[in-house]
Formats: sequence, C-alpha cells, structure tokens
Amino acid sequence: MLIIGCGNRDRGDDAAGILAAERLRSRGIAAEICSGESSALLEAWAGAAEVILVDAVQTGSPAGTVHMWDAHHAPTLHTSTGSTHGFGLAETIELARSLGRLPAKLKIYGVEAETFAIGSNVSPQVDRGIDEVVRRVLLELS
Amino acid sequence: MTVTGGRTIKVDTLARVEGEGALYIRMAGDRVADVKLKIYEPPRLFEAFLRGRHFSEAPDITARICGICPIAYQMSAVHAIERALGISIDPAVRLLRRLFYCGEWIESHTLHIFMLHAPDYLGYPDVIQMAVDHREVVDKALRLKKIGNRIVHLLGGREIHPISAAVGGFHKTPTRNQLRDLVEDLEWALEASLEAVRWTTTLPFPEFEQDYEFVALRHPDEYPFNEGRLVSNHGIDIEAAEYEDRFTELHVKHSNALHSVIRGRGSYHVGPLARFNLNFDKLPEVARKAATDAGLKLPVRNPFRSITVRAVELVFACAEALRVIREYQPPALPRVEAPNRTGVGHAITEAPRGILYHRYAIDDNGLITAAKIIPPTSQNQRRIEDDLREYAAQLVAWPLEEATLKCEQAVRCYDPCISCATHFLKVVIDRD
Repeated sequence: MLIIGCGNRDRGDDAAGILAAERLRSRGIAAEICSGESSALLEAWAGAAEVILVDAVQTGSPAGTVHMWDAHHAPTLHTSTGSTHGFGLAETIELARSLGRLPAKLKIYGVEAETFAIGSNVSPQVDRGIDEVVRRVLLELS
Repeated sequence: MTVTGGRTIKVDTLARVEGEGALYIRMAGDRVADVKLKIYEPPRLFEAFLRGRHFSEAPDITARICGICPIAYQMSAVHAIERALGISIDPAVRLLRRLFYCGEWIESHTLHIFMLHAPDYLGYPDVIQMAVDHREVVDKALRLKKIGNRIVHLLGGREIHPISAAVGGFHKTPTRNQLRDLVEDLEWALEASLEAVRWTTTLPFPEFEQDYEFVALRHPDEYPFNEGRLVSNHGIDIEAAEYEDRFTELHVKHSNALHSVIRGRGSYHVGPLARFNLNFDKLPEVARKAATDAGLKLPVRNPFRSITVRAVELVFACAEALRVIREYQPPALPRVEAPNRTGVGHAITEAPRGILYHRYAIDDNGLITAAKIIPPTSQNQRRIEDDLREYAAQLVAWPLEEATLKCEQAVRCYDPCISCATHFLKVVIDRD
C-alpha cells in the first residue's frame, strides 16, 4: 500500500495531505509527500497497485469533513480552476485515467478545507479532520 | 456558455492560459469594432516588495512571480544586479545558467505545446480528452516535462521556485557526475523533441500572417538565453540599459497589466517566433534541420506556427543541455563575492514566452531602492489585441461558437502568463 499526501504546507488548510502523511510517519507508517503536480504524482504512484491519496478538497461541506472516493468508481472528478499552467489533483487523476495509468486501486481521502491563506496554519476543524483520516488509514492497514 | 440574443458568446472559463483575464470582441457587421484583452487579476506589486530589501533576496522574491518561469525571473534579477555591482561571473557558472534555462524551456514549452495548445488544433476541450486518443503523445510529453524538471531540480534545489540561483553564481554547483546522470534522459528527450517537431506539422494551421515587429535578444555566438543585444527586424539594436528609451508602458483602463509598446510605433511580438526569426543562424544544426524539414521558412509570420517553432526550441534546449554537460568543469567557487555597492543595473533574458526586462537601483548598503520588471506577457498584450482585430475580421462568417474557439486558440499562440503580467480568460464576442 502506497500512501501519498498532497498539498502545500504554506497555504493554510492545503497542508492537510502533507500533515496526514507526517502523522502517519510518526506512527511508523511509510508515507510519501507530493506537491500534487501531475508528472510528479504519476511518477510517485507508477508501479503501485494500491494507493491512498490524501489532499484538501472543497465541495461545500463543513470544514474538516472527511470525504472518501474510489477513483475507479467515483464520477469524473472535475475542478473548475480555469487554470492554466498548474494541473490539479483531479485533472491528474482524469489524465491518468485517459492514459491507463491509474493504480488498480486508488482511494482518495479529502479533507474539506476552509482557508488557503498564505502562511496560515490549518484551521482547528481541518486539524481534527486530518486526525480522522489518520485513524481511518490505520484501520485500513490493520 | 450562454448565448444571448444570438450575438454574444460568453465563455466563463477559458482554460489553458495562465492567470485571470477575459477577451472581449465586439463586431459591428463585418467590422471588428473593439478588442480588449482584459486582465482583471489584481496587480501584484512585486516591484514595491523589492524596495528596501537586500539585493541578495531579489532572485528568491522574483522567482515567486511565476511557477512556470521562475528561472527567467531569477536570471534577469541576478544579471541585472551583477551589472549594478560590476561583478563578473565564472564561465562555468555562465554555462550552468544556460543549462538551468534549458530545463525551464523544456518544462514550459512541453507544457504549452502538448497540454495547452495542441488540444486547440485537434479539437479537444483539454489534454485529458486528447490523451484518450493520443495516449503515446501525451505519455511522451509527460516524460519530456519530467526531464526538464530534473534539470531544474538538480541546479535549483527543487522543481518549482528553485532556491539555488544567487547573485554571483549559485549557492551550490553540481559535480560532473551529477550532470552526466542527465545524459541518457536528455538523449531520449532530443529524439522525442525531433518527433514533436514532426508531429506538430501534421496539425491543421489556420492561414493567418501578420507583419510583426519581432523583438528578441541576439548574441554573436549562441541562441540567446541570458546575454545579447536587443534587436528587432525593424532596426532596433540596443543594450538592455537602453530598453526604457525605446519601449514604454501604457496604462489602459481594461487591464491591470500595463501594455508595452515601442515608442512612436506600437505593438511588437516577443517569444519563440521572434527568437527563431532573429536567431535562426545561431541554432545548432540539428534544430535548423528539424525546422527546415518541418517546412518553416523565414520569417515565420503565422502565429499558429508557433507550436512548431516551440518544438524546434525544444530540440535546441535538449541539444544545448547536452553540449553544456559535455563541456562543464565545476567552477572554483560556486559564486563570486557580491559586495554592497551603489549602482544601477539592467538585464534582459529570454523567458520561454519572450524577453523579460529587469532594472534595479541599489544603495551603498546593498538595499534595493528601485526595481522595474517588465514580463513578456505585458509586452505581447497589445500585439495579441492587434492579432485579434485582424483575425476576428476573417471569422465573421463563422458560427459564433467556432469563431470564439478560434480566437481563444489565437490568444494561446502567445502562451500568455497573466499572473506574470499582473489569472481565467473569459471570451466574449459581441456582434451588432
């Protein structure tokens, strides 16, 4: 099982995936940290059959809500950043699907984010959400 | 998308450009009455952030202007500051800076050719849809981009917003063996780039040519990155220090990015087409042959052909990277001392999307007292509007939806980086 936490440490709740990976590491679980940039992410999971991704998400739910999707069964993921030069996690997953490069099992834990303010800490609700992701991942591994 | 009264198309999100802006075209019958490239992204005020900071911070602060071309910002910053301080760099550092730029061009050009622009030519809404039918092309593009990332990571310490560039050199320079590790990848990349040139020639190109004033650096011995005189096909031949005498920035109400114009003349064209047309003879044989075999004839004046020219520049960047790696001997010191000294320095370097001008004034404590940064997209902004004015007129008989897509494609020929210039592009065509 490969665990990858994605995000940006310096953008508030966007650090959720990275913090989840670090908290798993502190419990002796190997976890990768990735910016979420597409070629890096495709490379990170190349050859892995089972992958868990953790990232911050925005769906309109209350901050800190933990979502879980199976990339093979979820409806097409879509982000509407209108962007640009940066490809987000959702686009990367869809690109991997087009290219036949999705891991056989890919589970995504999304922690509902509230703020992406530069330099801010994760919000308390998101902090609790990260702990819940860690608890659920540990449960899966046990 | 909404259609209002049959005469207005509104695309709320034009993807595949960097930044937030909108394009507005108003037609009065067969005539284009108004074209506005509206950049509403707020001004970013980097020039003001720089004032009062020590010059050694400028490469790291300006790298933050753009996630795609941070090296361009670092290179223009270090060269301008080195000129202000009157210091010269080790020839090995000069070589490494060329290699650093090769990495950025490979990343940026690959992204633009395959992910952002090719879907326009092939009629896909995005690269994700394109990848279903063109899996091999997209797979190769991802690998190519990764190779660019490797170069940037090795020299810059990390892939995005690298941290190793410094006034006087680098904080750390690589060993010969570290560079040799890149050779196998780069040899593959060179072949893949040659294939990319051939592939782009299979795309359908709109017939559209303009009498552009092309502006680019020109160096006596090499295809330009960091050095050279600024030249144009209409007689400009100046040093970076003279840039503000020949070019000026205008504020227009509809854009938060200033429009650059040539004083007394107007718009001009910077980027791959300009570099290629003005420096074809400086390309290595492998790139010249690829261009000729692809049917490119000088001067290339069809902006839609820029996709092939970018691919030729990919060939150049891979060949140049391999040359640098062959010749590289580590410098005695990663960087020369940069003492505090009063001075003013200017530099122009070739960012992937065109010339990037920086000017710094420094006081005797090494603090920046004034900074000026003119990114390529603000230099192309007026030219993009001029192109649209001509191009939209050719599309009057087209259904609005298709005309809109064509206009978006025309904008993307310039690979605009709106974040640099001041982020979404919304396109509206109004037909009276």
